[in-house]
Amino acid sequence: MTALPPPCEKKLGLVIDLDTCVGCQACVTACKGWNDQGYGVPLSDQNAYGSENSGTFLNRVHSYEMMQDDGPPQIVNFPRSCLHCENAPCVTVCPTGASYKRAEDGIVLVNEDACIGCGLCAWACPYGARELDQAAGVMKKCTLCVDRIYNETLPEEDRVPACVRTCPTGARHFGDLGDPESAVSRLVASRGGVALMPEQGTAPVNRYLPPRRKGAAGAAPLTDIADVEATGIAGWLDRLLGRF
Amino acid sequence: MHPAPSVILFTVLSGAGFGTLILLGLGLALPFGLEAAFLWGAGYALAVSGLLASTFHLGNPQRALLAFTQWRTSWLSREGWAAVGALAMLAPLALASVFGGGLPAAFGITGAAVALLALFSTGMIYAQLRTVPRWNHWTTPSLFLAYALTGGATLVGLPYLAGLLCLILAVLQVVAWRLGDGRFAARGSTLGTATGLKGNLRSFAPPHTGTNYLMREMIHVVGRRHAARLRWITILFAALVPGMIVILLPDRFSAHLLAFVLHLVGAASGRWLFFAEAEHVVGLYYGAHDGAGN
Repeated sequence: MTALPPPCEKKLGLVIDLDTCVGCQACVTACKGWNDQGYGVPLSDQNAYGSENSGTFLNRVHSYEMMQDDGPPQIVNFPRSCLHCENAPCVTVCPTGASYKRAEDGIVLVNEDACIGCGLCAWACPYGARELDQAAGVMKKCTLCVDRIYNETLPEEDRVPACVRTCPTGARHFGDLGDPESAVSRLVASRGGVALMPEQGTAPVNRYLPPRRKGAAGAAPLTDIADVEATGIAGWLDRLLGRF
Repeated sequence: MHPAPSVILFTVLSGAGFGTLILLGLGLALPFGLEAAFLWGAGYALAVSGLLASTFHLGNPQRALLAFTQWRTSWLSREGWAAVGALAMLAPLALASVFGGGLPAAFGITGAAVALLALFSTGMIYAQLRTVPRWNHWTTPSLFLAYALTGGATLVGLPYLAGLLCLILAVLQVVAWRLGDGRFAARGSTLGTATGLKGNLRSFAPPHTGTNYLMREMIHVVGRRHAARLRWITILFAALVPGMIVILLPDRFSAHLLAFVLHLVGAASGRWLFFAEAEHVVGLYYGAHDGAGN
């Protein structure tokens, strides 16, 4: 059960565009909204309206400051969720068989009825993709909205993960990364999509598209403004004050 | 990693319990009557208390029996099998030792081997985690075995073996610290590899205003101000002082008990450091080790 399935051709996953993500947190809200009422126990909050609030989320958006020698500094918004790894360490450590990877499409799921809440899978994950729900005592993680993507009672445009459906800037893409001809695979190839922490040997399926280069190379954006030469009365004042 | 007092206390106690059972099972000490009842009883009490306590931190302990199903892949499942197996296999020997009667030596040796496997599995639960570079090393299961056997040898009262094990434990623990201190950096995981971004990176805003499970469990920053002092306390109490007591003091039960209790204090300090000093790579996303891009 908690042995990994043989490599499957279909590898469903997400491609996240760090160039277009504006960090609006809509994917976080949509994820929590959908997964609160569908697959498994709800995502609980503790002390939600107090000062020490905490809760279970399957998707979280960080912001990083990126300083580059050959370009202007940038803020990069970085959504973080399960990468549905091919060599998922969270699956093999599970003592009960609750944590598993589907052979047919590669989605990593938790059978909550068999989860004892030991937390070892969360320790094994380098990406912080798993959180133990504090109310139910079972492990929660991204299901790739398995209850949406195959759900024929939903309109076809809704048969994608909630985070993808809701993203207002189109920064999130869903598809089969095992098929080199799929839209997501072509997107990864054209934009140089990367895998996170390859040194961990997890072989993640999800890919991140790096931000495009912005601004003139070699020049900080404030240089022109800072070097403005004062003229007229301001110039006279500038020279006068410079003497004291 | 979060140094939960319950986990520290019970890995130390059940380790010492299994260490005691291994030495008794191997026939290195042949107590009988009241002494046998005390030693076997202590071994069983310590080992069982650890097993029971390990179910307390579970989110759903009523399903704990399911943890026996995945022994093919999971070290945690293997630990369960080996621990319960060793306790069951050594029970006839314990009864024979207390009430009289003989059993072939192979009986105890097999039980001891299974108990050894339980200790090794406990170590491997931590050592298998590539996400915690400090633990992901052969020294982790070796230390779990060394602590357990040292505790067992001091309690059972085997002066020369205990002295030797104390020496081995001290050397092994110092080696583990020395090698472990640089392993996070050596593994090469940075905020750059974690995000795939280039340049000099810094966490600008966290993804939430409060705390969360990941931070409490894995990015727990406890005061490591006393780490150097605790390392000394660990080496002195877990190994050097008990070693000197068993070698230098008269071979009496009270001396063994004193050495054992002091060893437990040192082992608890060492186990606290084992967790508190271990850093999980997920901390990178939250700004641990900021500044390094790829």
